[in-house]
Amino acid sequence: MRKGLGEEILHAYVDGGLTSDERGAVEAHLALHPETAARARAWATQNEILHRLFDRVLEEAHTLKVETRGRVAAAPFSWRNVAALAATLALGIGIGFMARGYWAPAPGAARASIAREALLAHAAYVPEVRHPVEVTAREEQHLLAWLSKRLDAPLKAPSLLQSGYQLLGGRLLPAFAGGTIGDKTTPVALLMYENSQGKRLSLVVRRESPNTDTAFRFAQEGRTSVFYWVDGPFGYALVGDLNKDELAVLARLVFQQLNP
Amino acid sequence: MRQGHWVPTGFTVEQLLAQIPRLRRYARALTGSREAADDLVQDALERAWTKRALWRPDSNLRAWLFAVMHNVFVNGVKRARPMASLDALNEEGNAEPVASSASAETDATLREMSSALAQLPVEQRQVVLLVGLEQLTYAEAAEVLEIPIGTVMSRLSRGRDRLRQLLDEGSDGQNGLRRVK
Repeated sequence: MRKGLGEEILHAYVDGGLTSDERGAVEAHLALHPETAARARAWATQNEILHRLFDRVLEEAHTLKVETRGRVAAAPFSWRNVAALAATLALGIGIGFMARGYWAPAPGAARASIAREALLAHAAYVPEVRHPVEVTAREEQHLLAWLSKRLDAPLKAPSLLQSGYQLLGGRLLPAFAGGTIGDKTTPVALLMYENSQGKRLSLVVRRESPNTDTAFRFAQEGRTSVFYWVDGPFGYALVGDLNKDELAVLARLVFQQLNP
Repeated sequence: MRQGHWVPTGFTVEQLLAQIPRLRRYARALTGSREAADDLVQDALERAWTKRALWRPDSNLRAWLFAVMHNVFVNGVKRARPMASLDALNEEGNAEPVASSASAETDATLREMSSALAQLPVEQRQVVLLVGLEQLTYAEAAEVLEIPIGTVMSRLSRGRDRLRQLLDEGSDGQNGLRRVK
C-alpha cells in the first residue's frame, strides 16, 4: 500500500466529495495511519464547529436593501421562516383533495379556502388569450374603483413591476365562496399580472371577517402554487404556475406593497 | 411575443434578496463582525444589481454573488478594518451562539474557533470558509477567488492545519478565551 494519501483525497473525504467506494478505500488507509486519521477528524470537526458558530446568521433579521431605480426592495423579516412555517401549516390542507371534486364544504364546515377559489379562477382565466380580464390596466383607476365598490372596501393593486410582472387588468368573479361582511356575501375580485414571457399571475381578493386566522399559507396543485393570507379587510391568494420559492418572493412583494 | 414590457435582465431583485442570508453568513465568518459583514454584503448587493447583466443565467447565482462580494472585499482597501477580535463578537450580543442546551464547553469551543479564525491569514480563511462552511466545490471556490484550483487545495491544507493547531493551543492553555461574559 502506498504510504501517503493525496491531500486532495483527504479533503474530499472530509467535505463529502467521494463515492462510497472511494470512502471505503480512504477509511481502510486511515485505519492503518492514525495520524492521518486524526488530521481528517480534526478537519471534519472544524466544519462542524463553523456551522454551529455561523448557521444562526442565516435566520437573523437584517435591514439590507437593494436599490432598484428609485424603488427599494428590502427583506425586513426572515421570509424563509414565514414560508417554511406556512408550508408546514399548509401541508396536507386539502387543495388537492378539494380540487378533485369535493367542492361543497360539509354543512357547518369552515368556509371554503380562498386558495381553492383562486386556483379555480386562475385555471379558468389565465389561458384566455383575448379576454383574460374584463377591465384592462389602461383603466386601472376605473377598475379599482369598480372592484372596491363591489367588495365594499378600498382595493389596491400592488405593483410587481420590479419582478417584471405588469398589471394586465381585473375582473369580478361570481364566487360561490365569496367574501363576507357579517351575513352579507360579496363577490371576489381577480387581478391578473403578466411578464414579458407571457407568464401570468392571479391575485384573488375577497372580504374576510375580522378574527380570521392571518397566517401565511401555501398550497400546490400540479404545477400551480398558491400563497394565501389575510391582511386587513381582505383575504388574498396569489396564484402562479411557479414553484414555491419563486412564488414566495412574489407573495412577499405583494405583502410589502400592501403594507408600505 | 408580447413587446413593450420592462424586461428584467440577469436575475430578479427577489432572487438577489433570497441570497442575502448566505452572503451574510460568509461575510460574518470572514470579517468576524456584524457591522463589517453587513457593510460588505450591502456593497456587494449594490454592485451585483448594477452588474446583473453580466451574470450568465445558466450559471450558479450564489457562486457568482460570492465572487462579486470577494471583489468588493479585495477592493475595499479604504474601508479595510482589522478582523474583529473576540471581544467585538461578544460586544455585539452574539455571545449566545447555540441553543440554551449549549454546555460551557461547547461555548468555549465556539469562542476558540472565532479566535482561531481571526488569527488565520485571510487567504486561508476564505478557502476554509467557502469550502467548509459554504460547501462550495473546490472548482467553485477557485472561480470565486480567481485562483487556480491547486492553490485552493494548498491554502485549504495550510488553513485547516493552522486552525487545528490554534484550536489545540486554545483548549490547552489558559489564555482567557473561556471568559464568560
